[in-house]
Amino acid sequence: MTNVIYAIVVLGVLGALFGLILAIASKIFEVKKDPREEAILSHLAGANCGGCGYPGCGGCAAAILAGDAPVTACAPAGAENAAAIAEIMGMAAPTGEREVAFVRCTGGVNAKKRYDYVGVKDCISATKVAGGPLECTFGCLGFGSCVNACQFGAMSIGENGTAVVDPEKCTNCGACMKACPRHLIVSVPASKKVHVTCANQDKGKAAMSVCSSSCIGCGLCQKECKKDAIHVVNGVAVVDYEKCVGCKLCTKVCPRDAIIPVATAEEKEKYKAIKKAQAEKAAAAKKAAEEAAAASAQ
Amino acid sequence: MDQIFELLAITLGAILANNFIFSQFLGICPFLGVSKKVDTAVGMGIAVTFVMGLASAVCFVVNNFVLVPLGLGYMQTVAFILVIASLVQFIEMFLQKAMPSLYTALGVYLPLITTNCAVLGVVLLNVQNSYSFISSVVYGITGGLGFLLAIVLFASIRERLVFAEYPKAFEGFPIALVTAGLMALAFMGFSGLKIW
Repeated sequence: MTNVIYAIVVLGVLGALFGLILAIASKIFEVKKDPREEAILSHLAGANCGGCGYPGCGGCAAAILAGDAPVTACAPAGAENAAAIAEIMGMAAPTGEREVAFVRCTGGVNAKKRYDYVGVKDCISATKVAGGPLECTFGCLGFGSCVNACQFGAMSIGENGTAVVDPEKCTNCGACMKACPRHLIVSVPASKKVHVTCANQDKGKAAMSVCSSSCIGCGLCQKECKKDAIHVVNGVAVVDYEKCVGCKLCTKVCPRDAIIPVATAEEKEKYKAIKKAQAEKAAAAKKAAEEAAAASAQ
Repeated sequence: MDQIFELLAITLGAILANNFIFSQFLGICPFLGVSKKVDTAVGMGIAVTFVMGLASAVCFVVNNFVLVPLGLGYMQTVAFILVIASLVQFIEMFLQKAMPSLYTALGVYLPLITTNCAVLGVVLLNVQNSYSFISSVVYGITGGLGFLLAIVLFASIRERLVFAEYPKAFEGFPIALVTAGLMALAFMGFSGLKIW
């Protein structure tokens, strides 16, 4: 029994002694910290997600204070906190729309398999084995490296086997974008609803043969768009979010259903009929005008 | 004279023949973690040397004047960890004040010295070998110097590895582990070293 008491007392005294020395040392070696750093830190998300590229929220706060990082460096904290940080730093509040992550692939079960991958359930490992188990070298592998990277529970593997983002929970921290070995996840404005769900840059036939929901770069959407807001770049359609007004005309002409929200066959038929009627009307008007011109000439 | 020979034997043993990294495999975590640049490796090596030397001295005092007289030898590990943790905290504060650049360069590996098994290893080996106070301190410092030597050699090799051609699958840690293994083999050459 005395042994136990000795042990407790001795270790307690030792601990107290070292604690005292440390307390004194902390006064002697105190580093003057800018009080603004604490203030900035209180406005960061505090998840230590590392999305900003600095080691933890403390590192980010120091970087913002030093001017190395913008006041919006912490995406998860949101616009309100960015404005508060800007005020601490004595800057104008930044303006900008909330952005969320978006996965540019809905292939999954539609994509052709090249082989059965049985290794570690991790996208990076899977891509190391002969370039990945999918025929499509751009497609989402669905092993969920991004799901694991997400600190906010905003990512999941959807029912068709590709990763999907919950825009409500997403803070656009960028962790998933770094985790994806195929760089499929991009940041898009949260208010925009029309997105191209494929990143395949192959030529039409090659893209068509590997997946039934791939963008083949046919350019129909580009022709259809009245606002010049969608373009085929490097063999894949890309939405220009600054110009897109969300009219969804492109979704109705896409032969591959690679633009969301996907238009139903019914909607497509209806649109086709409207277009046909319009074309006929235009042709008739043209004919009438020609006839009238011919009549007046006579 | 005998004592000088003993200290010489301890020194050579700790730095070369029984190098903490290459033949006792202690302290591998910071060895792999902070060996990407020679500058930070030197900083880490010096910090570890400092902690090891101080820890050896303080732990000798704690062990021989507190624990052993009270029959608490079995509490060694706990007491030593307490000492090491406080020392590391102290050094962290000191570095933050005196050498902020080194403090940021070492980053998370500085507090990790707390759990660096090379430090705990050296103080436990001191007790196991029943070294005197001077021998303990010498063993601590030279053990740290051995760590410094190992990490600096390793960091210089890793810096040059950038220019080497090796299969892509070996990029990063795999090639570092292969390198460390080869260096451990090389250090085995010292194992027959005897002073008398």
